Amino acid sequence: MFSSVGSRRFINRLFVVCASVAFLIALVPLLSILYQTILKGYGALNGDFFTKITPPIGGGGGGIINAIEGSLVMVAIASLIGIPLGLFAGAYLYEYPGRIADNFRLVAEVLTGVPSIVTGIVVYVVIVATLHRFSAISGGIALSFMMIPIVAISTNESLKLVPSSIKEGGLALGVSRSKTLVYILVSTAKSGIVTGIALSVARIFGETAPLLFTALGNQFMMSSVFDPAESMTVLIYEYGTSPYANAHAFAWGAALILLLIVLGLNVVVRFASRLKPTVAI
Amino acid sequence: MQTQVQKSRAQNRARHRDFLHLILIAAAIAIPVVAALSLYALINGSVDSIQAFGFRFLTGTQWVPNPPNGGPPILGALPAIYGSVVTTIIALLFAVPISLGIALFQSELAPSKLRLPSIFLVELLAAVPSVVYGLWGLLFLVPFMSQYVDPGLLNTLGFIPIFSGQSNGLGMLTAGVILAIMIIPYGAAVMREVITAVPRSQREACIALGGTTWETMRMAVIPYASTGIIAAIVLAMGRAIGETMAVTMVIGNVARITPSLFLPAETIPSVIANEFTEVAGNNIYMAALFELGLILFAVAFVMNFIGRLLIKKLTFTGRMTHV
Repeated sequence: MFSSVGSRRFINRLFVVCASVAFLIALVPLLSILYQTILKGYGALNGDFFTKITPPIGGGGGGIINAIEGSLVMVAIASLIGIPLGLFAGAYLYEYPGRIADNFRLVAEVLTGVPSIVTGIVVYVVIVATLHRFSAISGGIALSFMMIPIVAISTNESLKLVPSSIKEGGLALGVSRSKTLVYILVSTAKSGIVTGIALSVARIFGETAPLLFTALGNQFMMSSVFDPAESMTVLIYEYGTSPYANAHAFAWGAALILLLIVLGLNVVVRFASRLKPTVAI
Repeated sequence: MQTQVQKSRAQNRARHRDFLHLILIAAAIAIPVVAALSLYALINGSVDSIQAFGFRFLTGTQWVPNPPNGGPPILGALPAIYGSVVTTIIALLFAVPISLGIALFQSELAPSKLRLPSIFLVELLAAVPSVVYGLWGLLFLVPFMSQYVDPGLLNTLGFIPIFSGQSNGLGMLTAGVILAIMIIPYGAAVMREVITAVPRSQREACIALGGTTWETMRMAVIPYASTGIIAAIVLAMGRAIGETMAVTMVIGNVARITPSLFLPAETIPSVIANEFTEVAGNNIYMAALFELGLILFAVAFVMNFIGRLLIKKLTFTGRMTHV
């Protein structure tokens, strides 16, 4: 069954080298993306970049304040809808174990795998076609559709990690199920729940496809949430795919800011939880 | 005998429970509602196209939304389906071995001090937004491919049809490479979970027989985790098929079926992303794009369903439930 010791040792070394190289290969694109974005994005940053609205594609000057505004507003709308719904749905999955909860959970898991472009056209039909306008609201709703299952699953997972003895201790003292849930379970699982929420916010901050047909884009500041909205991601897409060099520089600048926000949020959250691996949703 | 105070406390408690639990139930219904709404919107939107083209939609090779002679649109999705299949295969060819290598490195080989940081770094790769991958792909990877990789393949392996044709960097090969980079972290994370879940006794048995680390992996760990590894591949495949922005930015967006991996093509999501805002009152065209969305939804649904069911089969310890 085993061949000679020398060749076995050699094959083992080869395996160790291959697996380590596989890991190093994964770092190459990460470092290249960071390097390129910093190198090419840094030059675009100046005072105007954070205070002026976007120039027409190919034009000079201007900034991305309208895109920053749009992204923040839509992520806020998505969070207002997605965090409570996801949180409560996750608590439901924990509180009512059984066939219904299992099926809801499976649907939530499958929903996290639905391509975000599909969410975009669904919200186009449901909201944009009904209101007859592209708006920050519909963009926010599209993002919330992505957020609900993510927050629900991560909340459910965090609650499951609480030792049942803690929960039973509460119930044995005569504390109601609701109070046990709120004051004992949720407060014990708090850090996991917050981690899940923060990572889901980081994730939707970087989403583009659901916004293309819901928020559309806007060269100016919004006057209300019923106006079309620019976002940093759609700006990167449109300026990046245009043929103009100064538009590319603009896209790199926006990508640098986006990476700082998204990766910054990830780094903070993961260091706060001492690098504990998060759930692969 | 119950005092008044005790009675009202009991009522209070009941009310509190009812109210909170009503909220929980209401929120949980959001999950199936989002799923049902998606399915309804997609089916409803694609009715015109299903009626007009029927099954030919999946086999038609022509994509002419606005024929020059003013006739009805001719819309066949085969070029997009072909592009999706080919780019996904390329992505899996790169991503599966690398993901498995990373998973084995992180679960078995990495020194304990390096383990968590290495997981963290791969998670960071997963956190990079799709559109940033696209920007990097378009402005860095595309020129790199057209200057070095594609001519190199053309000169050495050019006799194989898939490596023929003049490359400008935009095409299925570049799209497949970028897809691979994007699904590696996900595949590696799921594989790492299933490999870590293999009981210690499995490893120890092989080590006790005198097996090396590699032999332990090949004979004890990988066979034991094989269902989970297949699940990881299926889930990663589901991700690859639905990935939109990065692929749209580097694939060139041309509706044609070509064996050459160097030439521009398109995928299902890239067609939707590119053309949805251009339909302008062309109802059948719009319905066709919805039908593409429906196909994408169905494929992603099936992939995720199979992947998660496979993983559920592994869940005897409750370990793998959160993947």
